[in-house]
Amino acid sequence: MIDQRPGVKALISLFFILLFSSASTLLAQDGGAIFQQNCAACHSINKDLTGPKLAGFEDRGPWSDRKKLYEWIHNPAKFMQTDPYTQQLKTQFGNAMMTGFPQLSEAEIDAMVDYINKAAAAIPAAPAGGQVVVKESSDNSILYGVLTLILAVVALIMLQVNSNLKKLADDKEGVRSQEPVPFYRNKAYIAMLTLILFVIGGYYIVKGAIGLGRSQNYQPEQPIFYSHKVHAGNNQISCLYCHGGAENGKHANIPSANTCMNCHMTISEYTGEKLFREDGTEVDGTAEIHKLYEHAGWDPATRSYTGPGKPIEWVQIHSLPDHVYFNHSQHVVAGQVQCQTCHGNIQEMDEVHQFADLSMGWCINCHRESKVNFVDASGEKGNQFYSIYEKFHDEIKSGKRDSVTVSDIGGLECQKCHY
Amino acid sequence: MANKKYWQSFSEFNESEAFEKLSADEFKEELTVEPQTNGDVESSGPSRRDFLKYLGFSTAAAAIAASCEIPIKKAIPFVNKPQDITPGVADYYATTYVAGGDAIPIVAKVRDGRPIKIEGNLLSSYSEGGTTAKVQASVLDLYDTSRQRFPMADGSAIAWEQLDQKVAEALGGLGSAPVVLLTGTVNSPSSRAVIQEFIARYPGGRHVQYDAISYSGLIAANEASYGKKAIPRYRFDKASVIVSLGADFLGTWLDPVRFQRDYSSNRRITPANPTLSKHYQFESALSMTGANADERFTHRPSETGAVAIALLNAVNGGAVTGIASEKLKNGIEKVAADLKAANGSSLVVCNSNNPHIQVIVNAINEAIGANGKTVDWSTLLQTKQGLDSEFASLVSDMEAGRVGALIVNDVNPAYDYHDAKRFAEALKKCKVSIALSYKLDETADLCKYSAPVHHFLESWGDAEPVSGYTSMIQPTIAPLFSTRQYQDSLLKWSGSATSYETYFRDFWTKKLGGYETYAKALQEGVVETAPAGLSTAIFNAAATGAAVSAVEGLPKGGAIELALYENVAMGDGRQANNPWLQELPDPITKAVWDNYAIVSPKYGKEVLGIDLSRQRDADNYEVHPDKPVVSIKAGDKEISLPALIIPGMNDDTIAIALGYGRRSASNDDEDTAKKIGRAVVGAGKNAFVFAWFNGTTVERAVADVAVSKTGQTYKVAQNQTHNSYEGRTNVVKELTLEEFKANPNTILDERAHELKPWGGLENFEEEGSPYPVYDHPGPKWGMSIDLNSCFGCGACVVACSAENNVPVVGKNEVLRFHDMHWLRIDRYFSGNPNDPESIQTVFQPMLCQHCDNAPCENVCPVAATSHSSEGINQMIYNRCIGTRYCANNCPYKVRRFNWADYTGADSFKSNQQISGVGALNDAVLMMNDELTRMVLNPDVTVRSRGVMEKCSFCIQRQQEGKLRAKKENRPLADSDSSVACATACPADAIIFGNVNDKSSMVSKVRAENKNRLYYALEQIHTLPNVNYLAKVRNSATAGDIVRKDVNASHSATESH
Repeated sequence: MIDQRPGVKALISLFFILLFSSASTLLAQDGGAIFQQNCAACHSINKDLTGPKLAGFEDRGPWSDRKKLYEWIHNPAKFMQTDPYTQQLKTQFGNAMMTGFPQLSEAEIDAMVDYINKAAAAIPAAPAGGQVVVKESSDNSILYGVLTLILAVVALIMLQVNSNLKKLADDKEGVRSQEPVPFYRNKAYIAMLTLILFVIGGYYIVKGAIGLGRSQNYQPEQPIFYSHKVHAGNNQISCLYCHGGAENGKHANIPSANTCMNCHMTISEYTGEKLFREDGTEVDGTAEIHKLYEHAGWDPATRSYTGPGKPIEWVQIHSLPDHVYFNHSQHVVAGQVQCQTCHGNIQEMDEVHQFADLSMGWCINCHRESKVNFVDASGEKGNQFYSIYEKFHDEIKSGKRDSVTVSDIGGLECQKCHY
Repeated sequence: MANKKYWQSFSEFNESEAFEKLSADEFKEELTVEPQTNGDVESSGPSRRDFLKYLGFSTAAAAIAASCEIPIKKAIPFVNKPQDITPGVADYYATTYVAGGDAIPIVAKVRDGRPIKIEGNLLSSYSEGGTTAKVQASVLDLYDTSRQRFPMADGSAIAWEQLDQKVAEALGGLGSAPVVLLTGTVNSPSSRAVIQEFIARYPGGRHVQYDAISYSGLIAANEASYGKKAIPRYRFDKASVIVSLGADFLGTWLDPVRFQRDYSSNRRITPANPTLSKHYQFESALSMTGANADERFTHRPSETGAVAIALLNAVNGGAVTGIASEKLKNGIEKVAADLKAANGSSLVVCNSNNPHIQVIVNAINEAIGANGKTVDWSTLLQTKQGLDSEFASLVSDMEAGRVGALIVNDVNPAYDYHDAKRFAEALKKCKVSIALSYKLDETADLCKYSAPVHHFLESWGDAEPVSGYTSMIQPTIAPLFSTRQYQDSLLKWSGSATSYETYFRDFWTKKLGGYETYAKALQEGVVETAPAGLSTAIFNAAATGAAVSAVEGLPKGGAIELALYENVAMGDGRQANNPWLQELPDPITKAVWDNYAIVSPKYGKEVLGIDLSRQRDADNYEVHPDKPVVSIKAGDKEISLPALIIPGMNDDTIAIALGYGRRSASNDDEDTAKKIGRAVVGAGKNAFVFAWFNGTTVERAVADVAVSKTGQTYKVAQNQTHNSYEGRTNVVKELTLEEFKANPNTILDERAHELKPWGGLENFEEEGSPYPVYDHPGPKWGMSIDLNSCFGCGACVVACSAENNVPVVGKNEVLRFHDMHWLRIDRYFSGNPNDPESIQTVFQPMLCQHCDNAPCENVCPVAATSHSSEGINQMIYNRCIGTRYCANNCPYKVRRFNWADYTGADSFKSNQQISGVGALNDAVLMMNDELTRMVLNPDVTVRSRGVMEKCSFCIQRQQEGKLRAKKENRPLADSDSSVACATACPADAIIFGNVNDKSSMVSKVRAENKNRLYYALEQIHTLPNVNYLAKVRNSATAGDIVRKDVNASHSATESH
């Protein structure tokens, strides 16, 4: 930065602080993801499952004290020794005790509580029939557009008036004026118009060129109406049950038909709330399940595999260019990133669309902000891989830094993704 | 060092003008403004105007393409996913590379069902993970487009059932005429059992083993001397004095992987242990092993026997007689004295296929106490068991009609037998001929039936190349074509209902005592039962006297003699259709895609009229790829080949490589391309024709040949002179053992002296440059290359190509200096070209040095190459616009530019067909076949035309290794990742790892060898992450001039 003017610098930094400060706190949306990942196997918001329903849990037992909640989640066995409420819950729920989640930070638990409270409040208000009410957005752009247009017309009229008046004044003073030039042949106007067209055209060309090959919000029709909402949302199946590859390698992998059949051998009809396509037509869930049977070669009547089956030709939604290396396990296991961070609220999508634009800028921003699971001062928590970064340990000890981001360990270098 | 002269070519030796000009013009082609049409637009070169036209067109095309919709991509999962396969995650299976009798335990990397890379099996205590160029390249053979894809009878396709029926009928109808099974060396225990069953089914039948390059002279000699028809294991690790009579034991002789490991164990030198083995080489042509010798003596091929006898007499205390050359005579005396002094720890090996000479060598080994010490009879080398006499009598039997059916498996005598025509004629006299072969090669093409076999990566089996060390073979991919392994065919034809898979399982389950142990053996790939310790064989001296008189009676050589040799890439030619091997430069000549006649500078001057000490001649010879063609005639056999002048050759010898010139029976290019492969068309001439049968063995040296100039020229593609260091040849550093002993810090002192004005060794990084010093907080990758352990074999070069999708460019492009290897092995000669004994050779693997202050990085206008915090010089293909500034500014000349679309990665097909850079060879297009492309590594981008590329330190492997450590929540370890070249090296010359970790191998090697460590062109402050360890030669000289005084030599360095 050559420009050293302090005012400008301060303004710029203020702008960036405002821009990024909102992103560093955990949102309820992340809480939802944490809930799906860790709790949803046993807990529902409004229904007792293996564990009690969680709606309004803060009014029950000792949970109004958040500290106690942290202790409980981090180490249930220890907490229960001194707490009668949870002992009673244990007997009530078939003597099954909750698993501990020592890896969840307090901020993450807060975000999760936020999510539970919001979800509990939202459910009674949800309209019947699965229709989602879209909130009117307060978009002012049309207003601005109209305003600009009016101002432009006024300016044009004023200019015309001005030239007419000038001509009258000239006539009066006897100055021989030039032949009036109609506005469409006025060089100043033409130049102005060209400039405007060039700027607008250039903007769209650059935008279009940058967007080549990107497909945010791409939502193709799939050969089988598979609803992530029904599976991951309503029935709360863990993402990794089907997309296990996300833990092992670069591809998350679409599950093979035999994975689907693990459950659908017994679940042969759809009895949940009505399903609708994007265009509003209703979906026969049971018929969709029977499409799966055809592909798997399963005969539901005799309950046996009768044919070799044929693979389901899903339409790929998320697609990176060939020169990009992306590894799911790097992000899911080493980076502990929630699926929803990149794929959006997948548990609420009937038909999946591409949530993020998957552009390089989008990747880079996340690498700038995300903190790695760095080994803490005690040397026990965090990923031991990072124990070799002595320089950062020293800086943390001396208080020079409080965390290490992906970019600090080279996450912005080209050959992290391009080779 | 400074006053020692190294040279890569004769023009460099002479410092000629044309050479200077050549090195100044790094990129030779220029874009012209006007098209040079001559009315023919297609063939004209590109002009700047054309460039602008294409630019405009492609912009418009891109705009139109952009307005189209993105095509719909399908993602299709399994119906029923096998449990142990995760798409995108590689599996590794232990198996074995098999080619004839050669067998190397390997691990095949299988990605999504396709084997894509071969590594050595570290669990084998015999090969210890070593590989060769041929092993590394063998994965490409699996995807050979010329493979035979279905069984055939009388030239037309047929179903397996029908073939089996026809074969059964044919074999059944033979009556008393015997069935002969002709194979290469079979050292697989289970296959031997299968063959026995098959032979038992047809009484009177027999099994004949045939090796194209046979060792039957050695086997016959061992029978005479020791009463054992076998080859012992040679223990180079236990030998402090090694004498080789022409044996290229580091490159091709018997078992180079083990020999390299053993040999290199006595070549690692530290100040604590300043000893080296002493290696003498007597030979006619300069071999790779000879190039690594401490001292070398040349003689005519016909003198091999005389040298052996003289050496025998000398070690027995007699006088050296019968040697005309004074130099050679003195050499033999010196060698004999050394051998005797090191009694019990010295070894003599010889490559002659004359049994009498080998008997004499056995007698020498007996006299120097090698038997039971360095010649170990407790384990036997079983890689070559073919006996030439057996094959010769088979051919006579066939001619006489005494063979009913000939079943040929895995051998190709119609190509590699010295009298191939006679074999082909004899084959016609067999009632039934069946080929069990990989492709319709020269021999299979002549057979009535052909039952195509699997590639070893598709097969079950085992191999015992060395007694007591068995390696298992398991399939890594389902058969690509309708093929069947030969054991299955034999079982079927012997009336058995079991498949070989079951047979093999039962065989080993019984042998190992249970299914569990069998499964474990299969998983680990090795079964080792070899006894510990050495053992002797009883020597019978009676044979020696007869051998001496037989050798003395051998004919004397004529004016010029011929030596046939095997090179590391082509071997006997069975992998000739492998473009990776064809494009691997020969270690000595650095030529690719051809064989040629190698002659000495003296011969060049006297006969070819090329005096390389004259500037004009040297320029003409070196700068232009056109080499004079000579015709070589021996008896009624004659071939014409281009002549290459190589220093270190015996003056009266010419040498020709075997394994080239494959050609199908029709002698038609198109037919050859279809049946044998597109890469063999035009690649050299068949030199097997010059071999001859002496009554017991086939000899590969001819004592008298007539050579004449034809007046024609032929282009030979050599790549040694492509990249010049502009006279900065001190990239290699070499010293003698004496110098090292006198001052182990010679190299360190030189460096300290050189860097003194810029902060010295300690502060050079900061004070040597205005640039800041950057942090490397995490891992930092580094490599150490020990020039004492690098023998130039090229396994690393092929491994690099396989791992990193390095394109094959073909001969035409190599001729235009467009070779693409990320890793090359530079070959430097020193000495006087006219004195073959004085020639010393240094091999130096040269790759991107990953400079911390890289000259390439700061000249890129688009930041397509930059540095990572882990010390890697990153090359970003999708960012590169192809200015080539980086290549221009690279002092090591390791950057490679994609002049054409070698890989088929572009959307524009015309980039391959009539591109501005000339037509690509057919072999390049073969590499783009859908079948061949299955070998590509999916984790590495396939580069398109117009981008730069270079060594990436196998970044994909380092990323994978780091991720593994992260997922397992532990710090990075050496075992997590390495680079392809380091894992391929049989001698561990290349060590790679994290230099920020003091316990890593590379850190330890650097710390232990501080005194030999240096960086190439360190003085220009590039701060490379690759270091070299200087070569120490156990001879009176290393290079031209003996180093006298470190300080005295510096004045010369600075004046450079």
